[in-house]
Amino acid sequence: MIKLENVTKIFPGSDIPAVDNLSLDIKEGEVCVLVGPSGCGKTTTMKMINRIYDPTEGRIILGDKDIMDTNIIQLRLNIGYVIQEIGLFPHLSIEDNVATVPRELKWPKEKVKQRVDELLTLVGLEPEIYGKRRPSHLSGGQRQRVGVARAMAADPPVMLMDEPFGAVDPITRNRLQNEFLRLQEQLKKTIVFVTHDIDEAIKMGDKIAAMQEGRLIQYSDPDELLSTPKNEFVANLVGRNRSIKRLHLMHTRDVLNNDVAYVKLKTPLEEIEQKVKDSKLRAVMVLGDDNKLMGIISKEDIKREKGEVAADYYQEILNTCTDDATLNDALSVMLSYGEGFIAVTDGQERFKGIITVGDIFGVVKDDANDN
Amino acid sequence: MTFQELLLERFETPVKVFQFMTERTEMLGELTLEHFYLIFAAAVTAIVTGVIIGVIITYNDKAALLALTICQVVMVVPSFAMLGFLLPFFGIGFKTGMLALTLYTLLPVVRNTYTGIREIPPSVLEAAKGMGMKEWRILTHIKVPLALPVIMAGFRTAVVMIIGIGAIAAYIGAGGLGELIFTGISRTQPVRIIVGAILISLMAIMADIILGRVEDHLMSKTR
Repeated sequence: MIKLENVTKIFPGSDIPAVDNLSLDIKEGEVCVLVGPSGCGKTTTMKMINRIYDPTEGRIILGDKDIMDTNIIQLRLNIGYVIQEIGLFPHLSIEDNVATVPRELKWPKEKVKQRVDELLTLVGLEPEIYGKRRPSHLSGGQRQRVGVARAMAADPPVMLMDEPFGAVDPITRNRLQNEFLRLQEQLKKTIVFVTHDIDEAIKMGDKIAAMQEGRLIQYSDPDELLSTPKNEFVANLVGRNRSIKRLHLMHTRDVLNNDVAYVKLKTPLEEIEQKVKDSKLRAVMVLGDDNKLMGIISKEDIKREKGEVAADYYQEILNTCTDDATLNDALSVMLSYGEGFIAVTDGQERFKGIITVGDIFGVVKDDANDN
Repeated sequence: MTFQELLLERFETPVKVFQFMTERTEMLGELTLEHFYLIFAAAVTAIVTGVIIGVIITYNDKAALLALTICQVVMVVPSFAMLGFLLPFFGIGFKTGMLALTLYTLLPVVRNTYTGIREIPPSVLEAAKGMGMKEWRILTHIKVPLALPVIMAGFRTAVVMIIGIGAIAAYIGAGGLGELIFTGISRTQPVRIIVGAILISLMAIMADIILGRVEDHLMSKTR
């Protein structure tokens, strides 16, 4: 989809190339993360694709056309663009911001309005509430979502994202990353993603391009980057605790333990007591209709509460996550609630199974042995 | 001496001023209108040309330095000298007065247009460019609207200033409230001078308030 062929960029007044003879082949529907320390040329590389900078040498092919042969405005209108500072237009409402590219493309009014509402809903901002607001009335995370919505407005096949989640706090960043991955699973855009954060690169990328001083050092999928770093630089970039980093790569659904005792809301007391006794967790999950996770009953709950069926005993369960969360997310939820396990549900809150701290350590240990 | 006579003596000038203002309403109205028209014409000309010059010089640093220096020099020329300088070329009358006032208004408008556009966060302009907006669209839809409050602030300073300077334009026959002051001086009638000064001040204060409102409104629209 995007092909860089021996691309070199030398800025005027500089002897050292910012990007040095770089070749890269990005397949359709893939997220390619450019990662490296600041000054490694990752942003410059990205910005040559929509011709914010023109390459000094080499060619960039988008689709099957050399970008230098495409009208620069047409080229940019077909590439979504998100930058770290977002660059929302402060004098325009959220709606008008998102409508920028469709209006440049002269879409009819109703179509623009419809698309804007659709996008805002997609990124989790209700159009009726947020549409008329100004960017300054939104939180950092919300602004970031608007930035992404604006970039996707005309449904461009290619998106360029320069540290799009760099300016928000770690918790919001994590949530935005997960939302983004979920969207990408449906939309399958070709994305060039720039970051200096190797953890983010591992989490987001289908392919990772590790760069140093304008050169491409290693181009491979995250797993390979972690298991077989090409040289000292890449090894240092991914860091020492590589097996722990792989927790970013694995999802809870991969290690799910579904051999768990559970009861229904109407289950009588004796059966509950028996199941709790037999359970390793000394607790049972309580499921409602359609296997919806309602809560948990532990030994203490049986002693403390009174009643006849499970509905009278169960307590709300907070240490949960979805089955598309990474093991790293799961571990941090366990740690923050001080629990030795986590209950995993799917997108509709249906119970899928649990993961214990032991399961996670198992993954890390296997991995360490492999290396 | 009756009480009334005493009052009259004590407050001779204020009373005379009041009498003059009530008796000569028609003339005063005409002069005020003339003054307003002079300022209005100069201000409109200046804001149109000033914004155009200000926008153009954001694309070229050398041109910016040159234009801003020229405007600065024009600004420090004393108003009498300016009128004296323009007189041989444009003769006496309204046009010359208007031209002088326009020149004085130019600097704040040009400078503020320039800085207003220059101060827009680079990320906003990069986003606009990167998404595929044409330069003309960026200028009309992003740059100028965002710089508008700053432009307006410069315009407001300039207008208040030229309402005062406008009085001097009467010296070369441009009309306006300055006429009152000059005839007052030549006929030694302090009442005329005072009335002229009061009306000019009132006009300046009102312009400041109204344009301040406009500025606040624009400000609230851009953030």
